[in-house]
Amino acid sequence: MNSPQMRPQCDLDLQPVQGDASYLSEGYTLRSWLTTHDHKRIAVLYAVSITLFFFLGGVAAAVIRLQLATPNGTLVTPDSYNKLFTAHGIIMVWLFLIPSIPSVLGNFLVPMMIGARDLAFPRLNLASWYLYITGGIIVLWALLAGGVDTGWTFYTPFSTMFSNSHVVLALAGVLVTGFSSILTGLNFIVTVHTMRAPGMGWFRLPLFVWANYATSLILVLATPVLAMTLVLVAIERLFQVGIFDPALGGDPLLFQHLFWFYSHPAVYIMVLPAMGVASEIIPCFSRRPVFGYRFMAYAILAIAVIGFLVWGHHMFVSGQSVYAGTVFSLLSFMVAVPSAIKVFNWTATLYRGWITFPAPMLYALGFVGLFTIGGLTGLFLATLALDVHLSDTYFVVAHFHYIMVGGSVMAYLGGIHFWWPKVTGRLYSEAWGRVAALVIFAGFNLTFFPQYLLGYAGMPRRYHSYPPEFQLLHLLSSAGAVTLAVGYLMPLGYLAWSLRYGRVAPPNPWQATGLEWQTTSPPPTHNFSQPPVVVRGPYAYSP
Amino acid sequence: MNAEFHLLPADASLNAIQLDRLALCLLLLTGLVALVLLALLTGFAARYRAGSDAARNARSRNTAVEIAWTVTPLLLFLGLYAWGAIDYIALYRPDPAAMQVFVVAKQWMWEAEHRNGRREIGELHLPQGRPVRLVLASQDVIHSFFVPAFRVKQDAVPGRYTSLSFTPSQAGVYHLFCAEYCGTDHAQMMGRVVVLPPADFARWLAEGPTQPGLAARGFALYRQYGCSGCHDAGSVTRAPDLTGLLGRRVHLQDGRELIADEAYVRDSILLPRKDVVAGYAPVMPSFAGQISEEDLLAIIEYIRESGHEQPTNASPVRP
Repeated sequence: MNSPQMRPQCDLDLQPVQGDASYLSEGYTLRSWLTTHDHKRIAVLYAVSITLFFFLGGVAAAVIRLQLATPNGTLVTPDSYNKLFTAHGIIMVWLFLIPSIPSVLGNFLVPMMIGARDLAFPRLNLASWYLYITGGIIVLWALLAGGVDTGWTFYTPFSTMFSNSHVVLALAGVLVTGFSSILTGLNFIVTVHTMRAPGMGWFRLPLFVWANYATSLILVLATPVLAMTLVLVAIERLFQVGIFDPALGGDPLLFQHLFWFYSHPAVYIMVLPAMGVASEIIPCFSRRPVFGYRFMAYAILAIAVIGFLVWGHHMFVSGQSVYAGTVFSLLSFMVAVPSAIKVFNWTATLYRGWITFPAPMLYALGFVGLFTIGGLTGLFLATLALDVHLSDTYFVVAHFHYIMVGGSVMAYLGGIHFWWPKVTGRLYSEAWGRVAALVIFAGFNLTFFPQYLLGYAGMPRRYHSYPPEFQLLHLLSSAGAVTLAVGYLMPLGYLAWSLRYGRVAPPNPWQATGLEWQTTSPPPTHNFSQPPVVVRGPYAYSP
Repeated sequence: MNAEFHLLPADASLNAIQLDRLALCLLLLTGLVALVLLALLTGFAARYRAGSDAARNARSRNTAVEIAWTVTPLLLFLGLYAWGAIDYIALYRPDPAAMQVFVVAKQWMWEAEHRNGRREIGELHLPQGRPVRLVLASQDVIHSFFVPAFRVKQDAVPGRYTSLSFTPSQAGVYHLFCAEYCGTDHAQMMGRVVVLPPADFARWLAEGPTQPGLAARGFALYRQYGCSGCHDAGSVTRAPDLTGLLGRRVHLQDGRELIADEAYVRDSILLPRKDVVAGYAPVMPSFAGQISEEDLLAIIEYIRESGHEQPTNASPVRP
């Protein structure tokens, strides 16, 4: 019987050099954090701020689920309900999910994984955090001023001519946050192109870097379209210039085309980095190289490219032409192929492995399962005739929560646990970590699986009350939401606890191969005590 | 609290049965894939857990396997795509004998108008077993006409007409929902679709407040808004003859040609310079903002009916 081994990507001598202080000890004042140019400290700034927004968006979701526990709930008025789901959507999409993995884990890890000292533009990196925070504050301002009731999709002409809420303020917040995404994307692209360590060829890049690179391309190409669209909405709303409202000579479907041209690729902005995280964790705890590395890298690129061509599948019943519907449906099936390849390859990575199940692995396996269900139910929605029935029902709500929460949030949490020792220099409680992963997995399924059934039974989304026959499933979903809330609060507790009381982490607690593990935990300010030279591809594990 | 709940909504239209068959097939296929993956994941996780005595050492690439599991889903997807697309195209190809009903959506109610002029709010009565074509309009924001029991949905978009075809197959009362978020009382924008046996429907249609038929009301409006002043034969201003316009081929000034439908007539009233008929000067004023959606539909219905009174060859297409 053999015992697991691994060969790191570089042969670094792990002797800590005297005077190489950890990045955390670079400064303890608030000022030292708010003026830092260190990608690792900026990642921590992002982590703290997106966590705040995650729980804020979560509170909105909790109130929504409480309201829906009964058919004619009176917890909130219809207007408040509409503002709550709008706030939930805007916060979770733009202030949590889109920045989550790229801006926190990507910021911290992309330079380390390619053996660089920092991102290509450290000051731009800090600027992008300030833009993010500014956008976040503007959105909060819009919410505190009375909220927005358009839904996160801002459909026209409702958003331009009919809504009596703070639409322009919310748009402005999203617009500013969008520029933060563009700058982060630009930074990653330039960094990956120009700052790879000697020996780090493109096909020696860890898949996490590939995923963030592809995500960055989408961020840079799609986000400007969102910015233009939001400006057009503001122009019509403020100056009654006819762009989208037919009463002014505009076209409401034009808005949907522009909005989804950004917002469908945005789904891949949220899920590609999650795929990258899973592709790091699964090989590490299977002690096996990721199966079909090149196919995995090409699949990432294929998803990023085809993802730009499927936006019309949000509009099958909108009144767009039947011909357009048939083309967008075909392309939507095409984008499912590389996603399927990835699921098969993760599964094959386990084959003949030496598998252990610490918390990050549980999250990663949970990610694969939930992403698979989200992806398979996406096929129902890509099938034209079925989408006619399912569009705008809870089936859609369930589908995208399986991808974005079951997929992206699980992977984000998996990544947070996996790299926690590296980032903080402390070990979290493994038992608590596993329990939380299981509670979140169970709570998630209880919350969202009943919503598939609700959707097929005909329950439309964005309803603050509903016919009584839907109550049982809504009640199950609300019970799941409570479980999920408990699950999400648990890591907040034990991770915070570990910062002070956790055991001190060794440099490479998981015996992983990536460059980021070949330096001290937490890493020194300049990441490596000596510049690494890469001698082999990633994932050189053997069981 | 749940006595009436069924996992599947009622099958109350012909396409509902077809659609459920497609959904079931897809469910079996995706369910099978999910189960196989689950079995592999848990099986591998158990068999190759650390310390087990299973054989190790496998290749971490195998191009043949990878091509196989790329091509297999691709072929399956193409099949699913074709099935879904064929059913979808059929939804938009109305039966020429379909009964036409006009539905206007507005914040937050549904209004329907039958061709004999019978109007209803929040309800839609339909005959069992007869193909129906709904022409949908919206007066304000985007709404969506959704009847789960029929498995059909179509957005009602301001500024244009959309349409939807289906055949109710079971008598009964069904939910009508607005599926596209439309503001404060979106969740209250519900109604009932009442499917009646043909005889009952005919009785229902005939009773109720007597009022002129939709086309008759349209004729009154046609005169009231002054359309007849130019478009009637023998008028001083030369304007295209509208008799039996719907379904006719129209040649336009800019060389395009199109088949006149409801949307074309609507646009010609509200945006007269959009599609100018070849050989005519663009002198018609726009009526945008002056005619309600219901009145527009009545005028269109009058124009359609005008063609049935006289044979179409009596109104040849002008150049």
